[in-house]
Amino acid sequence: MIVEKDETMPIRSPDDVVRVRREVRERAVAIGFGLVDQTKIVTAASEIARNTVDYGGGGVLKLELVRQGKHRGLRLTFTDEGPGIPNVDQAMTDGFTTGGGLGLGLSGARRLSNEFSIQSAPGKGTVVTLARWK
Amino acid sequence: MDQIPILMVGDCLLVSIQVDMHDQMALALQDSLTSKIVETGARGVMIDISALQFVDSFIGRLLNNIAAMARVLDAATVVVGMQPAVAITLVELGLNLTGVKTALNVDKGLALIRRMIDGEEGEFDRREG
Amino acid sequence: MAKSATKASIIPALIERSHETLLAEWMAAQARSGVASPISGDELKEQCRRFLAELRRAMAAGQLAEFRGAEWSGTRELLEELSRSRALNGASPSETASFVFSLKEPLFALLRREIGDDAERIAAETWAATLLLDRLGLYTTEAFQKNREQIISRQQEELIELSTPVVRLWEGIVAVPLIGTLDSARTQVVMENLLQQIVSAGAQIAIIDITGVPTVDTLVAQHLLKTVSAARLMGADCIISGIRPQIAQTIVHLGVDLSVTSKATMAGAFELALRRLGKLVVDRKAKQPGD
Repeated sequence: MIVEKDETMPIRSPDDVVRVRREVRERAVAIGFGLVDQTKIVTAASEIARNTVDYGGGGVLKLELVRQGKHRGLRLTFTDEGPGIPNVDQAMTDGFTTGGGLGLGLSGARRLSNEFSIQSAPGKGTVVTLARWK
Repeated sequence: MDQIPILMVGDCLLVSIQVDMHDQMALALQDSLTSKIVETGARGVMIDISALQFVDSFIGRLLNNIAAMARVLDAATVVVGMQPAVAITLVELGLNLTGVKTALNVDKGLALIRRMIDGEEGEFDRREG
Repeated sequence: MAKSATKASIIPALIERSHETLLAEWMAAQARSGVASPISGDELKEQCRRFLAELRRAMAAGQLAEFRGAEWSGTRELLEELSRSRALNGASPSETASFVFSLKEPLFALLRREIGDDAERIAAETWAATLLLDRLGLYTTEAFQKNREQIISRQQEELIELSTPVVRLWEGIVAVPLIGTLDSARTQVVMENLLQQIVSAGAQIAIIDITGVPTVDTLVAQHLLKTVSAARLMGADCIISGIRPQIAQTIVHLGVDLSVTSKATMAGAFELALRRLGKLVVDRKAKQPGD
């Protein structure tokens, strides 16, 4: 996999969440994603960006334009130094049914992405990586 | 901070979400709507999301909250103008817009609210035949 | 490549010095080869000239081993262009590649004249030249393939759009007759198209007719369901028509919850749709004289 381009932006406030949506939309359009794919990745980004602000105490987003063979994609990595999530699996299944913000956002973002991974532990912060391919 | 304008059409409140709202704006909208319903005695609330290019879990919860709150105040809520890409994404997201009725556009939305207010529409099931 | 790496190859300098001669002999070689070229005359000469110029430049800038790198991007682009124009003119991949390969003969001849009797040096340089031209010739074939794939996939898209029209049956009612086997990609395109049409037609009811679909597997059933859910979210209802007994069985067997109204025929679905919209169809004959 080749990384063609990457940029980083801070996510500290609700305004940044709006900015994240805009930047991700622009990149998605630039790669040539159709409207539905654009919407999916923007929505997924919105979920995780919001989690980063609300639960992670703020963090950063790394946006990468990637290429594998003849496929191009967009990979987003959200990192925060917040309290971390004690039980990720549980958060993702429970959160979904109880409608809690964190869990719902995570499981929703996973459903909307081609690739999704999360690393988190109490006191260690959280890193969420998601990608969508053309 | 910009406010989202709320109009009155007959006995219905009409809100058109044109901008990419950040969370505080969305919450402010929820509050204004509640006040306005009480103030005007409106029987219907129509939220036009035809300009919204995405609906995430936060917005979804917002819409659900507005509908629940309106119901308590005896007003019907209809969301109109959802874009196809947004609808497809919402289905994938698995978000349920419970208690929120939808219509294709403002005209159909008003007609639906009318039917709901006049008691011709069931609350959760509009299928007959 | 080890031999030519220890002693710098004279090929770049040679091409620089003798490009006019090389050009003339290359043109002659192509004419002699008997390989049909859709491009000829001045246009061909211009292409040859550009190729040699590009080659000089690239070899001066970087090693052949780095063919995928930035120094050779100009060459790659030129080869892609040459490949594309020949393909458009009906050439085969071989004919396109032989444009490059035919440069070997004049280049080898030039090397022999320049180097003289040093057999080992001739061998090394000839080897370097062969490697170079083989690489470039093969690249034209790759470019040819890629181009063909792009054309085919564009044609496929057009075919999908053409073969799944959305029909406005009545005010507020649209219908999509799905025909043929549905693969995942096609179903998605059709469904997006349907939803878009629902918006533009202001349709409250969409009839999805699957009479012409031989099999419905889990994936297709899921896509259908997602479309129905999406339509409902937008404020429109769906009716599925044309469910044959076998398909009904498959659906139940697969455990798919097709919680949407379905009818056996499109006609039945249409009638239901009209009823839901509060429309009634009456016979004219029922009118009495004087009405």
